[in-house]
Amino acid sequence: MASNWFRFAAPASFYPIAGRLIPVFWILTGVCLLVGLYWGFFQTPDQLGGSNAQKEYYRIIFIHVPSAWMSMWLYVVMVGWAAIGLVFNTRLSFMMANAIAPTGAIFTFLALWTGAFWGRPSWGTYWDWDPRLTTELILFFMYIGYIALHSAIDDTRRADRAAALLAIVGLVMVPLIFWSVNCPDPNQCAALHQRSDLTQIEGNILFSMLAVTFGFWMYSFATVLMRLRSIILTREADNTWVRDLLVGGHRA
Amino acid sequence: MLRVFWCVLLRDLTLALRRRTDVLTTLFFFIIVVSLFPLGVGTERQVLQILGPGVVWVAALLASMLALERLFAADYEDGTLEQMVLTAQPLSLLVLAKITAHWLLTGLPLVLIAPLVGMQYHLSNDAIVTMMAALLLGTPVLSLIGAIGAALTLGLRGGGILLSLLILPLYIPVLVYGAGAVTASGIDMADTRPYLALLGAFLVAALTFAPLASSAALKISIE
Repeated sequence: MASNWFRFAAPASFYPIAGRLIPVFWILTGVCLLVGLYWGFFQTPDQLGGSNAQKEYYRIIFIHVPSAWMSMWLYVVMVGWAAIGLVFNTRLSFMMANAIAPTGAIFTFLALWTGAFWGRPSWGTYWDWDPRLTTELILFFMYIGYIALHSAIDDTRRADRAAALLAIVGLVMVPLIFWSVNCPDPNQCAALHQRSDLTQIEGNILFSMLAVTFGFWMYSFATVLMRLRSIILTREADNTWVRDLLVGGHRA
Repeated sequence: MLRVFWCVLLRDLTLALRRRTDVLTTLFFFIIVVSLFPLGVGTERQVLQILGPGVVWVAALLASMLALERLFAADYEDGTLEQMVLTAQPLSLLVLAKITAHWLLTGLPLVLIAPLVGMQYHLSNDAIVTMMAALLLGTPVLSLIGAIGAALTLGLRGGGILLSLLILPLYIPVLVYGAGAVTASGIDMADTRPYLALLGAFLVAALTFAPLASSAALKISIE
């Protein structure tokens, strides 16, 4: 059984597995998001809201924080697959990195977008050049750069490797974003974001935040696998198993 | 090892000096961009003093990027680059020599022309000295990081535009601290040393990793 794991590194054998996993991930996405958002909207009313109705908008946190986490995590995961691809020269890991990039870019955009709507009532502005905002924007540019470089190169092999290298270089941004709020001297760099500490979050809020985060993970798995399947089909179009698949109808 | 470095460096410098317009274009691009801003935003002394540091750095980024496209392109087209990859010498050393030549031709002139720009923007003498120091530390970082992008986009359609998309986000830290140093030098209480120290740290980190990354990128682009 142990050696069987490597069987899934071949696109042909991973394709049907991915097909079977996708519905599972979609169901988990729906459940987690429903639970997380329900809990966030209806079970955490008195923390900052309640009598002080102005503060109700803090609920954007349930989308904003998980998507910001996902934006960084997905970049790290993407770099991980890219590095595995460069080291072991496996086709599937490049395809995986390739499939992750758009989802990561979407989450980065979502974090910036929800952040703008949160910033308007709380800071009085949609956008400020806060270190965390700025670094998150740079992360968005990194995703766009990865996608642009990959699509600019016609030779798939070169595109995979070049984009992978770019992603690895861009990894310097992730710790910068993560620690950008921990400014040692507030006179030197004024950060509008507060320092975040998971242990200081109220239990209900933390629960719904984590539930939404888990839901976002499941969403990422589902969309990445769907994209991966179409990438596999495109790249392996000349292989016999793809032709068999087409002839035999859409079984897998 | 050192001899190889010198050899490539001198070769690139000689080649560039044979075609002086290429070098001068970058320099004049810098001067023109810097001169355009006062015409666009107004010529009041105070406004210019505030804008100056940022404008100089943005112009320096653009000028450095403009020349990056040519860093490997000529050698790539006539096949010299392939020969370089095939030699027994470490590729990152050869790349470092080419980057050094690139900096001497595009970065160093910007440092030397900085006082002129400082005059245009009514910067104080202190600010000009700081600006020169910051450019001296910062422009090599631009060349080093840019070389990675230049190697990745080698021989691509629309490589120049793509290069700016890939490289400009990575330039932002240098821009922030480079311009920050000059701005800080205008304030009596502020200390510019932390900014310069950070720029120095960027330089050391870029010197260590960028030649490796760009030689890896070259190998990908050439194979």
